[in-house]
Amino acid sequence: MNEIFLLIVGAIFVNNVVFTKFLGICPYMGVSRKLDTALGMSMAVVFVMTLAGSITYIIQKYVLIPLDITYLQTIAFILVIASLVQFVEIVMKKVAPALFKALGIFLPLITTNCAILGVAILATQKLDTFVYAVIFSFASALGFGLALVIFSGIREALENREVPKVFAGSPIALIIAGILAMAFMGFSGMVK
Amino acid sequence: MSVMEKFKRAFFTENPVTVMLLGLCPTLAVTSSAENGIGMGLATTFVLVMSNLVISIFKNVIPARVRIPSFIVVIATFVTIVDMGLQATLYDLHKTLGLFIPLIVVNCLILGRAEAFASKNTIGQSLLDGVANGLGFTFALFILGGIREILGSGAFLGMPIIPGDWRTILLFVLAPGAFITLGFMLVGMNKISERLEGTKS
Repeated sequence: MNEIFLLIVGAIFVNNVVFTKFLGICPYMGVSRKLDTALGMSMAVVFVMTLAGSITYIIQKYVLIPLDITYLQTIAFILVIASLVQFVEIVMKKVAPALFKALGIFLPLITTNCAILGVAILATQKLDTFVYAVIFSFASALGFGLALVIFSGIREALENREVPKVFAGSPIALIIAGILAMAFMGFSGMVK
Repeated sequence: MSVMEKFKRAFFTENPVTVMLLGLCPTLAVTSSAENGIGMGLATTFVLVMSNLVISIFKNVIPARVRIPSFIVVIATFVTIVDMGLQATLYDLHKTLGLFIPLIVVNCLILGRAEAFASKNTIGQSLLDGVANGLGFTFALFILGGIREILGSGAFLGMPIIPGDWRTILLFVLAPGAFITLGFMLVGMNKISERLEGTKS
C-alpha cells in the first residue's frame, strides 16, 4: 500500500512529466491559453494515457518479449497509441456523445503528445507488475493535468497585464514555465 | 527557391525551434550541454532526411486516407535504426539521450515536414528541405545547449572556459533553466527581428 502511495506521489509531484521529464511540452504550450481547454485536454490525456499505458504494457510483456522482438517497441507502441486514439474517438462518439463533445477536439492532438509514448516506454522499463503500470500511467497523467491547469490559470491572469513587447506570447510563457518548474523542484528528494 | 534561401529560412526566419516552436520536448530535455544538443539534432536530422526521402519517393503510392499512419511507420522505422545505430557506436550519447531517442517518432517537426512538404514535392527538393530543417533544428539546440553549458557548468563542448574558483549557476543545467533560457532566446530573436524591421522601414 505504502509503495503504491509513493508511486502516485512520485509520478504526480516529484517526477512531474512536464517539469522534470520534459514530456508533452507541445500541448502544454499549445492549449494552455484558456482554463477550459486546459481542463478538457487534461481529461482527455488522463483517459488515453491510462488506457495506452495498460495496453502497451500488456503488448510488451506478452507479445514483444516472448517473441524476442523488443526492437520493434517504438513502431509497435506508436501504432497502438494512434489506433487507440482513433478507437476511443469512435466509441466515445457512439456511447458518450456529451463526453465526446467536450474532449473530441483534443483526441487527434493526443497522438503526437510525446507524454503518452514516453510514459508508456518508461512504464515498461521501470515497473514489473501490470497494476503498477496502470497506476503509474494514471498518476503521470494527473501530474500532466495539474501542470497544465496551473499554467493556464496563470496565463489567463497574464492576459490583462502589460508585458514588454518582445516578451509577449511564447517567451513570457516559457519563463513562467521555468519558474513553475523551479517551484516543483521543491518536491524533489521526497520520493526516490 | 534557391538553396541559400532555403537554409536562411530554416536557420532564422522559420527556424523550427525558435520561430515555429516545434519539437520542444527534446529541445528542452537534452540540451544540458552543447554536445548533447548536437547529438540530438543530428539524430533528428538523419530521421528527417530519410523519412522525407522515402515519403517523397512513395508520395503517389500512399493513399491519402491512410497517409498519416504510413508516415508514422516510415518515421518509426528510421528512429529504430538510429536507436540501434547509436547504441552500437556512441553508447554514452545513447545513454544520455535515453528516452528521447524513441521519442523522435513524435517530434512534430518530422511529421510536419512529411505532411507539409515531402508528400507534395520532388525527391531532390524534399531531401534539401530535410537537410535544411534538420540543420536549423540542430543549430537551435546547439545554441541553447551552449548557453546552458556555459552558465550552468562553466564549460563549452566539455572544455572548461570559466576559472575554477568562479561559481556557476547550477540552475541552468536543471529543468527550470531549460525553460528560462529558451524563453530569453526567443526574446533575443524578437529583439533582433524588431531591429531589422526598424532598419528596413
